Amino acid sequence: MSMLSIFNVSGSAASAQSQRLNVVASNLANVDTVAGPDGQAYKARQVTFQTQLLGESADDPSAAGVRVSTVTEDQTPGRRVHDPANPSADADGYVTYSNVNAVEEMVNMISASRSYQNNLEVMNTAKTLLLKTIQLGS
Amino acid sequence: MINRLTDANALDFQAQALVLRSERQRLIASNIANADTPGYIARDMDFAKTLQAATASLSLAQTVSTTNPGHIGSASPGLSGGLAGSDLLYATPSQTNLDRNTVDMDRERASFADNSVKYEATLRFIGANVKTQLSAINGQ
Repeated sequence: MSMLSIFNVSGSAASAQSQRLNVVASNLANVDTVAGPDGQAYKARQVTFQTQLLGESADDPSAAGVRVSTVTEDQTPGRRVHDPANPSADADGYVTYSNVNAVEEMVNMISASRSYQNNLEVMNTAKTLLLKTIQLGS
Repeated sequence: MINRLTDANALDFQAQALVLRSERQRLIASNIANADTPGYIARDMDFAKTLQAATASLSLAQTVSTTNPGHIGSASPGLSGGLAGSDLLYATPSQTNLDRNTVDMDRERASFADNSVKYEATLRFIGANVKTQLSAINGQ
């Protein structure tokens, strides 16, 4: 019953997208963070998706799910603002903020939420079709 | 009589079509799932060709003739089920992407809707066939 594995495929994609949304949420929450628990400014995080074959055999490409392979940290230097009155300022009076780009994160968020919705709709359609298949001949 | 109705004609053909429709549905679901995966290449199948290949054995089975009532007719070939990966085609991207992903979401969504309608049509064909046989059995 190949339709049943649609739930695995779309489910893995939905969970990967929700992890991406999670990362976007932490990035946006830390957009104005000065220093994290390690004394360093927060670095923006980014998920990387990878195809995960879910078919019966390892080389069956017809059931391709998604998984998050890595979560990488953006290594670009953070935003530096001259603010000598700030308690976190360095010797030159500069405060280093996180390197999160709020606009980029908002775009990322919209993209993740659309992809999530697409996968939910695929699962809904598959469910409707399977229910109709069960009622076949009655 | 029942053999005539259920043999390699309508019902087996529709059953084969239903299996292939669900295969294609899964294929399109995989494409939609991987819409954001870097380097993923969208796959699709030529439905008409695949169905022709899958049902070729059905029409062959009909040509075997039995000249004696004791002869066993050629058995109806079982459904071949899944299709080999080599039958799958690659979708040509209409717009290239920076991450080498070739999923075109508009086309995938359209194919998904189209495929689900046709899946349902095949379901109704089978349902109607079963109803016909039931009314033949009831003799009303």
